[in-house]
Amino acid sequence: MKGFKIIVLAKQVPDTRNVSKDAMKEDGTMNRAALPAIFNPEDLNALEQALRIKDKYPQSTITILTMGLPKAADIVREGLFRGADNGVLLTDRKLGGSDTLATSYAISQAIKTIGNFDIILCGRQAIDGDTAQVGPQAAEKLNIPQVTYAEQIIDINEKNITIRRRLEHGVETICSSFPLLITVHGSAAPCRSRNAKLTMKYKYAKTPDEIVQTGVDAELYKNKPYLNIKVWSADDINADEQRLGLSGSPTKVKKIEMVVLQTKESKKLSSNDSDIKMLMGELSEKHVI
Amino acid sequence: MNNIFVYCEIEDGIVADVSLELLSKGRELANRLDCKLEAIAIDYKLSKIGEQIFKYGVDVIHVCDNSKLSPYQTLPHSKIVIELIKQEKPQIVLFGATSIGRDLAPHVASALKVGLTADCTSLEIGDHEEKKINKTYKNLLYQIRPAFGGNIIATIINLEARPQMATVREGVMKKIVFDDNYKGEIKLFDFKKIIVDTDFAVKIIDRVIEKSKINLKSAPVIVAGGYGVGSKENFKLLHQLADILGGEVGASRAAVDAGYTEHERQIGQTGVTVRPKLYIACGISGQVQHRAGMQDSSIIISINTDENAPINSIADYVIIGDVSEVLTKMIKYYK
Repeated sequence: MKGFKIIVLAKQVPDTRNVSKDAMKEDGTMNRAALPAIFNPEDLNALEQALRIKDKYPQSTITILTMGLPKAADIVREGLFRGADNGVLLTDRKLGGSDTLATSYAISQAIKTIGNFDIILCGRQAIDGDTAQVGPQAAEKLNIPQVTYAEQIIDINEKNITIRRRLEHGVETICSSFPLLITVHGSAAPCRSRNAKLTMKYKYAKTPDEIVQTGVDAELYKNKPYLNIKVWSADDINADEQRLGLSGSPTKVKKIEMVVLQTKESKKLSSNDSDIKMLMGELSEKHVI
Repeated sequence: MNNIFVYCEIEDGIVADVSLELLSKGRELANRLDCKLEAIAIDYKLSKIGEQIFKYGVDVIHVCDNSKLSPYQTLPHSKIVIELIKQEKPQIVLFGATSIGRDLAPHVASALKVGLTADCTSLEIGDHEEKKINKTYKNLLYQIRPAFGGNIIATIINLEARPQMATVREGVMKKIVFDDNYKGEIKLFDFKKIIVDTDFAVKIIDRVIEKSKINLKSAPVIVAGGYGVGSKENFKLLHQLADILGGEVGASRAAVDAGYTEHERQIGQTGVTVRPKLYIACGISGQVQHRAGMQDSSIIISINTDENAPINSIADYVIIGDVSEVLTKMIKYYK
């Protein structure tokens, strides 16, 4: 049995979930630089689904594709440590300021450059924007079916794939042929941890710039080609520059406001009987309950 | 031409609340812009669609009524919506920020190469001056949404590309009947020319939609639990209190992720937005994502062992103590 050619789209994001007190400035606004850069959580759920396919069909290959700053090479490495076969970092100043339309265009061009694929997997949404748009938009541009909000791949064989989707008020099971794009919901299985052997194997996996910066023996990268992380610019993906970055983005941010914690004068109570009794009395007097 | 369109989500012939909320907002925007409000209804057995939605101030309903079009599927529905937009050239198109709207709208926006703003919490009309080219854009749709995990609020606009498209979360707009006797026009849209068999390549083999028994939006009292509740078992106390107060049980994302309670109970930016008379937050720290979904509650009580929990700063009453102990006493003294 042949394997599947899988591409996992992954994004490096600031961890917006638990904004610690250190990340809050005195005026109640957020210091973005203090947030750690992480592998977008639902993209990890997507990677796990890819790894499961590879468990069943070991001939499969998994390519991580990430678009972002040069430091997003970390995302490719993390993918390799967990079982991906190779990865591509798409980075270029020309991509800066891209909204979801421009991003999905760049991603779809990169996917076309990678070429032959059966399955594209990505997280439902990224925690910095929460838009859930890039997956479906990439599918549209590639003219392949999209299956969003996937929770589990129930079955996969050479001809088709059966997927359970998690909806607001229920579940739906669908069956599709290949190729297709799947966005994976956070309720799907969590991603396995790093594999110790692979972490050793890919420890020195680096982009060309990183190899120069760290001054590691260049011979190593000639002898072990799998340690080279591919880096592509806009030129490498045959993109129309008008459709990238700000010029390719129909949406424009007019205004940004920090959410400042509003405060109220609150009554402090203890869990003593007298306090709770007083509270319930007060609520009932005010006809709240 | 240049009207406001709303894509209606329909399940078993019933238009979803989120769509009715959007129609209500759409009517308001249409009055402001002096244009018409039009609805798109794609499903099966839609003979009663007019009775359901004209009263929200709908001027035209574009109907595609066919068994193959129910339930929702990406390709057939998006092809119809794309074609309708090309023909009718609306200035604004709105979708629910649901698993359907967030599947459909990006596909449509990508095909039309227009902008789309996800999960708006507010929509307004306003102007924009683009200083670089010395041009003023009149009557743009301000698409206002939280971003960065709810830590910022961004106002997004589209300068040139039309239509301006947005998805809106359920519960953030109010459902308002415009006029019980309002009558619009039904236009049957001939979809047969544009839909082909390959559009049904993805087959739905099973679909289980549960009628939600949980109605957080209309509950006058919400007893919500967070990670600090500690266990599924402890959530039972929340249910007890909610029952005697005639309320409903809600939860933070952390509690849902920990498996303490159902996903449908999640309140916050990625869940439901609520504004009850009384909100009792039990063991909820109050991340900004959660606060975004409940901060407009009339009275907020926070029960927490942590004196510095962020939620305490927006609470009217802060009870420092163990959730189980406090809830037990609240039940006792209510009786």
